[in-house]
Amino acid sequence: MNFINNITRVTSLLGIASLLLAYTTNVSHSGSNPNPQGVNKMKSGYHWATAPTREMQDDDFSNPAFLWVDIGSEQWTTKDGEAGKSCASCHSGVETMKGVAATYPKYSAEDGKLRAVQHQINNCRTQQMKAKPWKWESDNMLGVAALVKNQSKGMPIKVKVTGEAQPFYNKGKKSYMLRRGGLDMSCKNCHMDYTDTRIRANILSNGLGNGFPTYRLKWQKIGSLHRRFRGCNKNVRATPFKSGSDVYTNLELFLTAHAMGMEIETPSVRN
Amino acid sequence: MSYRLILGAIVGVAVFSSLLASSNAHDYIVVDDTIPVSLTGVPGDPVKGKKLSVNRKKGNCLACHAMPIPEQQFHGEVGPDLSGVGSRMTQAELRLRLVNSKALNPDTIMPAFHKVALNRVLKKFKGKTILGAQEIEDIIAYISTLKS
Repeated sequence: MNFINNITRVTSLLGIASLLLAYTTNVSHSGSNPNPQGVNKMKSGYHWATAPTREMQDDDFSNPAFLWVDIGSEQWTTKDGEAGKSCASCHSGVETMKGVAATYPKYSAEDGKLRAVQHQINNCRTQQMKAKPWKWESDNMLGVAALVKNQSKGMPIKVKVTGEAQPFYNKGKKSYMLRRGGLDMSCKNCHMDYTDTRIRANILSNGLGNGFPTYRLKWQKIGSLHRRFRGCNKNVRATPFKSGSDVYTNLELFLTAHAMGMEIETPSVRN
Repeated sequence: MSYRLILGAIVGVAVFSSLLASSNAHDYIVVDDTIPVSLTGVPGDPVKGKKLSVNRKKGNCLACHAMPIPEQQFHGEVGPDLSGVGSRMTQAELRLRLVNSKALNPDTIMPAFHKVALNRVLKKFKGKTILGAQEIEDIIAYISTLKS
């Protein structure tokens, strides 16, 4: 890495105001951004994954995340709740979910706020199946969420950030820019300003969610994007929010909008 | 109405000063882009300073900066290389950059190592600076030996 470049980058940071201005258009960032490399050319976390990790993801048989996709497939046809229904009772085969996850998080008029795929699954469970909601990080929830997202694998992300979704996108953006924790750092500090830069042995990615739920080698299991948010928050010594909270769901929309047009990789494998 | 405001202000001041009292932050005076006076008056120990700059739970300078410490693998690339920083900057300049880099660049990623952060700080770290005053002095003593 060229340190002169880094120094130039540091000194050319234009301040939060001009940054926010640059972000009023959601993905077409202007030249006033301090790190055009990191923002204008968004890359999937796959780009920074090591060769063995990529190989693991590339082959569905060696990708350990498929253990959970299989749990999801089993759950898809398992009846639960007082209505005696399964997912398949309404949706038939899971292939009918093709393209659906590419539009999430999505505004729900019923809730008056955003729903991530997991919220939608729990809404189906409580409203249609009359079953108990699943915990965010449970194997069943991760399994069905991964299964549903996997139906959109290879399809471009296409979330809505205008209209009724806009205030939630804006909240997500604000949260992304906000410094927090004992280290007083924002998401933006690392994942926009210093993408592709080493912090010791790790290289900072664009911090996108296109491969989630992901099998993370560090976790030795599949996990949600919100779990990753919690980890990041703790790294900067901040009190994390709850998985499935409004704050994280709004943040998820902001990140997902950054990855607009990028292919969904779920379930990915990451370090 | 107004007595409520006054009462509120008194309570606010009391809470704020108790927050200050519970923190380990030392007072200092900024002159231009420096803090000319030692935070503690006790000379820093460069040997301790080197250890602190490597320690991931303390200074963790290596996370972001390359340093002339070849025995440690994987130096960060976020900030400038600290090799020769002792020739480029005085101790007074280094002190402000360590204590609160944001005083010079509000948008910097570099944490303020001797300032209490306030937004959603984990309980364990609440009211505490990242480094103590003497630890700051120790790191200054070490990095000012890094001459070019």
